[in-house]
Amino acid sequence: VPYLLLAPGLFWLAVFFLVPLGFLGYESLQSGIFPNFEFTWEFSNFSDALSDYREQFARSFLYAGIATVAALLLAYPLVYWIAFRAGPWRNLFLLFIVAPFFVSYLIRTLAWLNILADEGPVVGLLRGINVLGEGEGLLFTSLAVIAGITYNFFPFMALPLYVSLEQVDPRLLEAARDLYASPVQAFLRVTLPLSAPGIVAGTLLTFIPAAGDFINAELLGTPKQQMIGNVIQAKFLESLDYPTAASLSFVLMALILAALLVYARIVGTERLTG
Amino acid sequence: MRTLVKRHVLTAYAMLALAYLMLPIAVVILFSFNRPAGRFNYVWQEFTLDNWLEWDDVLGIRSAVVTSLQVGVLATLVATVLGTLVALAIVRHEFRSRGATNILVFLPMSTPEIVLGASLLTLFLNLTSVFTLGFWTIFIAHVMFIVSYIVVTVKARLIGFDRHLEEAAMDLGANEWMTFRKVTLPLLAPAIVAAALLGFALSIDDFVITYFNAGGSQTFPVFVWGIARVAVPPQVNVVASAIFIVAIVIALANVFWQHRSARRAQGAV
Repeated sequence: VPYLLLAPGLFWLAVFFLVPLGFLGYESLQSGIFPNFEFTWEFSNFSDALSDYREQFARSFLYAGIATVAALLLAYPLVYWIAFRAGPWRNLFLLFIVAPFFVSYLIRTLAWLNILADEGPVVGLLRGINVLGEGEGLLFTSLAVIAGITYNFFPFMALPLYVSLEQVDPRLLEAARDLYASPVQAFLRVTLPLSAPGIVAGTLLTFIPAAGDFINAELLGTPKQQMIGNVIQAKFLESLDYPTAASLSFVLMALILAALLVYARIVGTERLTG
Repeated sequence: MRTLVKRHVLTAYAMLALAYLMLPIAVVILFSFNRPAGRFNYVWQEFTLDNWLEWDDVLGIRSAVVTSLQVGVLATLVATVLGTLVALAIVRHEFRSRGATNILVFLPMSTPEIVLGASLLTLFLNLTSVFTLGFWTIFIAHVMFIVSYIVVTVKARLIGFDRHLEEAAMDLGANEWMTFRKVTLPLLAPAIVAAALLGFALSIDDFVITYFNAGGSQTFPVFVWGIARVAVPPQVNVVASAIFIVAIVIALANVFWQHRSARRAQGAV
């Protein structure tokens, strides 16, 4: 019986997820010019991908990393408040966190164009208090791209954080206070460690899609802010250079995997010493 | 006194953070009522209802919205059935490849969208005799990336499922199919509906995977991408606002309904 239940769903995933990855690998080892590609075990595609686009790879990981940390710092106090202070209306506030998902990804990114525009309120305010000089703006800078990524993936950080914070038993905090822990100590020694699974899950869910993103760099940045997603997208759909695009995709996946392994090590050792 | 201040600092921060989350949404809705001066809708000019009254006055926008809805409904239906069956199998049955199944379900969710889109495109390009890029390739792609989310959502509910209810039905002479139809399915219905709504939202919203596999077809996000570099008519904001309002009303209704049933459950005790 279980195999009958599984068959249709797993068949779909196998044929339209696993098999395509195989085709992507096959494509990445080809050489030639569109439309005459030949399979030649062209392993140099990978080393070329890495060396030709080192800058974009580095930028992708830098932007995704900063955005992930920013989302964590922004989301943690908010989610903490919802979990411990919002009372019976927690679900309502949780809905506020998911609400951006109800506006199409592209359109909420375009909305940041309105907000950060030179004529917009934010730039006006910052110029008013002399943070920005006349003629200086926010749009089409690295800051705008990182801010866009942070906003767009914020719910991916907040939701797992909430799930783990909600499960923290308030009695544990009371116990800590009874044992003369200061509020800060209680937070650092009880709440924070208990929310670690949420931090880990949120970090992964934010970082992985952020590293592959190209929408924010395209809409809020200039070619100087291009991430590896922009390159893959352009190679695939505009210059029709499938082998390069495919090997870039593979290198991206490999680098993400490597980043995850490093992260797992850090988190693991921290837990051991903590 | 200090804790009082601290408590309010946290509340104030929470309000600010929520405002930050709502800001772009407010801007989208606000600018759907703007009468823009040029081709771009970035600077507020004056209030108008025209954009709402003539929302399909932009070439291609209506067919894009229709395509989005068609793909969303079809892909959600198929993915919900496939995903629910997989969830039932994983939670209810012992089988040898369960670990591998879980990994296969989890992998698409942890792969960057651009890789999902690109790899599927290479499949379609290599098998042009079978697949033509267009509506059906979008449909295939959407089912693929929605299924995992359905499995995860339904699985969460199945794990907390009280199996005594099914045993009771069997004791009362119901066969397996009857039990499934009369007991299991109704109890699972809220989770299945929630999963389907999530799937539909993901499908309507998706740009990256769709963009790679759309060929000449346009869903609403693909349409927006296409015109975003040339002009952004306010009608785009109208459609986005309408989708947002429908979604938020459904979600709010759900929250209040849960709140009420939670209070009623408390009252019963």
